[in-house]
Amino acid sequence: MDAFNYSILILVLPVVMFLILGLGGKYMKPVIAGTLGSLSLAVMAVLAYTTAYQYFFEVGKGADGVYQAINVFHFQWLRFTDTLHIDLGMYLDPISVMMLVVITTVSLMVHVYSLGYMKGEKGFQRYYAFLSLFSFAMLGLVVATNIFQMYIFWELVGVSSFLLISFYYVKPSAVAASKKAFIVTRFADFFFLVGILLLSYFTGTFDFATLTASNADICVSSTAGMSFLGMSVLSWAMLLIFMGGAGKSAMMPFHIWLPDAMEGPTPASALIHAATMVVAGVFLVARLFPIYHFGAPEILTVIAWVGAITALFAAVVACTQTDIKRVLAFSTISQIAFMLTSLGVSKFGDHEGLGYMAGMFHLFTHAFFKALLFLCAGAIIHAVHSNEMGDMGGLAKKLPITCITFGIAWLAIAGIYPFSGFFSKDEILAAAMEHNFPIYIILSVAAGLTAFYMTRLFLRIFFYEKKHYHHEPHEAGPSMAIPLIILAVFAFGAGFVPFSKFVTSDGVPYDAHINMQVAVTSVLISLVGIGIGFRLYFKKNDIPDKIASSISTFYKWAHNKFYFDELWLYVTRNIIFKRISATIAWFDKKFVDGFMDSLAYVTQAASSTIKNFQSGYIQQYALAYLLGALILVVGFGGWLIAFICK
Amino acid sequence: MGRLEGRIINIMGDFITSFLSGPVPIEAYLAVSTIMFFAGVYGFLSRKNMLMVLVSVELMLNAADLNFVVFNRYLYPGQLEGFFFTLFAIGIAAAETAIAIAIIINIYRHVKSIYIDENITKMKN
Repeated sequence: MDAFNYSILILVLPVVMFLILGLGGKYMKPVIAGTLGSLSLAVMAVLAYTTAYQYFFEVGKGADGVYQAINVFHFQWLRFTDTLHIDLGMYLDPISVMMLVVITTVSLMVHVYSLGYMKGEKGFQRYYAFLSLFSFAMLGLVVATNIFQMYIFWELVGVSSFLLISFYYVKPSAVAASKKAFIVTRFADFFFLVGILLLSYFTGTFDFATLTASNADICVSSTAGMSFLGMSVLSWAMLLIFMGGAGKSAMMPFHIWLPDAMEGPTPASALIHAATMVVAGVFLVARLFPIYHFGAPEILTVIAWVGAITALFAAVVACTQTDIKRVLAFSTISQIAFMLTSLGVSKFGDHEGLGYMAGMFHLFTHAFFKALLFLCAGAIIHAVHSNEMGDMGGLAKKLPITCITFGIAWLAIAGIYPFSGFFSKDEILAAAMEHNFPIYIILSVAAGLTAFYMTRLFLRIFFYEKKHYHHEPHEAGPSMAIPLIILAVFAFGAGFVPFSKFVTSDGVPYDAHINMQVAVTSVLISLVGIGIGFRLYFKKNDIPDKIASSISTFYKWAHNKFYFDELWLYVTRNIIFKRISATIAWFDKKFVDGFMDSLAYVTQAASSTIKNFQSGYIQQYALAYLLGALILVVGFGGWLIAFICK
Repeated sequence: MGRLEGRIINIMGDFITSFLSGPVPIEAYLAVSTIMFFAGVYGFLSRKNMLMVLVSVELMLNAADLNFVVFNRYLYPGQLEGFFFTLFAIGIAAAETAIAIAIIINIYRHVKSIYIDENITKMKN
């Protein structure tokens, strides 16, 4: 489609910028590198907006008013056989265009913000190079035309996340966190890969358009009648693919890497571990939604339950954390779980597909308010030089801009009308209530907890008690304040976007209405959460400690994140390493190596025996020659005599 | 037993009388050359002195030369190939001996020994 020719620049620019900054960054002044990176992102953002405008308002709608998928750019990259080939390209449909807008916006804000936040850091240029690499990978992921291209960019995203978490590579905790993040997500990606292979083996294609065409016909028909351990092959494939998504999106039990990933620079956390990369799993499920719905509905139920449980679990843990970035990390896990749950309870088409729309909507609004929350947290950390809540308090007067923007994000995530989070969360709850009532209850509780822990965070930072600071905290420069204000506008207004007119499960726009019953209930629950938060944390008092000690066991469990890290460590160290790996290593050493060793030993022994023949003494050789000749003569002579005598 | 002894003595007696009565038979020459040859072989295998080894080699060569001459003389009396062959062999043997002695002298200059033992390891590799 010629109209979108320019949109390939959205992919090309960041990779060019990565090469320029990565290779030539050393020879640039930091300011120039940063400005260059930010400028390229600004250009990309403009291009993404143009693409979105063109797609949604001019070209995207087919004659029947349905949003169609457009292959803007497409070529065969690796061709194995006629049917098996890996392509690269750009695939525009409502969700990928929406993601383009989200990623470029948040990334631009983070780029600009980092100009101030990372000022004077060692490796400033490297940081911008990695940000560009990440933007490239994430954009490539969302516009992937086929599942294999998605997988390639999926891994690239993982690598750039690894690089950014370990940006402060002299800090052992950062190095450990980056390794943890990489290994955990890589572990989950293994399942993703197996799922891809399974799916493409049966369908014979990687292409999204073919896979999801006409109600995922090809997937259902090609795997018909095959089952494994009582579950159909298609379900297995989709479950494995979801596990890959769960790894990236930090769903239970793969969530352990995300809180530790906060070791990276705060703006990078905002971009990667809050707004964009971690929603890759949600995007994946949304991208393959027709297959899930028509081919493996039971896996959708699994997704819904995993999401619901994770949402509640992460919300509970977030209430007990004291590191503000960790609170936000658990809040991210919880919100992403909301999105996945929403996809999980969704059906297909029109109002039935409300969950799909709501999940995407929440992804959209969450990206803005969570990026805002993280950038605010960055500003606060910048001001007080600490991540701990205990070192903060009474900052409202000292950091007014941060306080107001943080407040907007807080109300947005708590789901108060008319902030953006209200609209998307309301749709999610409505979808859950319609299709799965127990999940609706769980999500409502999680939403209440969300309101509570965000209130706690907000009040603990900005009110609570007056503190005496060594350095008087002050507002950071304009390069940090302006992104906050812009994102605050988005976080406030994103909810008014008539999302159901653009993104729906089947591409048909429709009018979504606010379900008053759900809306009122959810706002009430949020208000209760906020009220409790105010009672406990507005002024310094001892009620929170009393509550904590009255449920001390539970509090301890929640504070220690329900010992999931320890559980994983136990499983890996004591079961996998000690039992399985050690056994295999023993077998390898004794049998495989032993076989090879004995081969070598026999060879050595044989050669050291033979080598005595080759002494270098010519006389020995002559003797051997003589004996040989004699044997021949005697043998031949004997044979001759026997022959003659016969 | 007496008869067998008598027969052996008779055979040996015939052999000796034929030796003494007529011209020297071919077997006598061959016996000498065989003894020479195996003396050479034995010397070649057992001697440690390089000069003695060389002498042994010469002994073997000369045994072969003797065979050539004898066969030519007895089997093909009218022809000369055997003699010529022998002359060539003697010439070549002389040249070869000269080279061998030159080598031995050089070895002696290096290691002060002409015995084939552990001292002469420099020619390895």
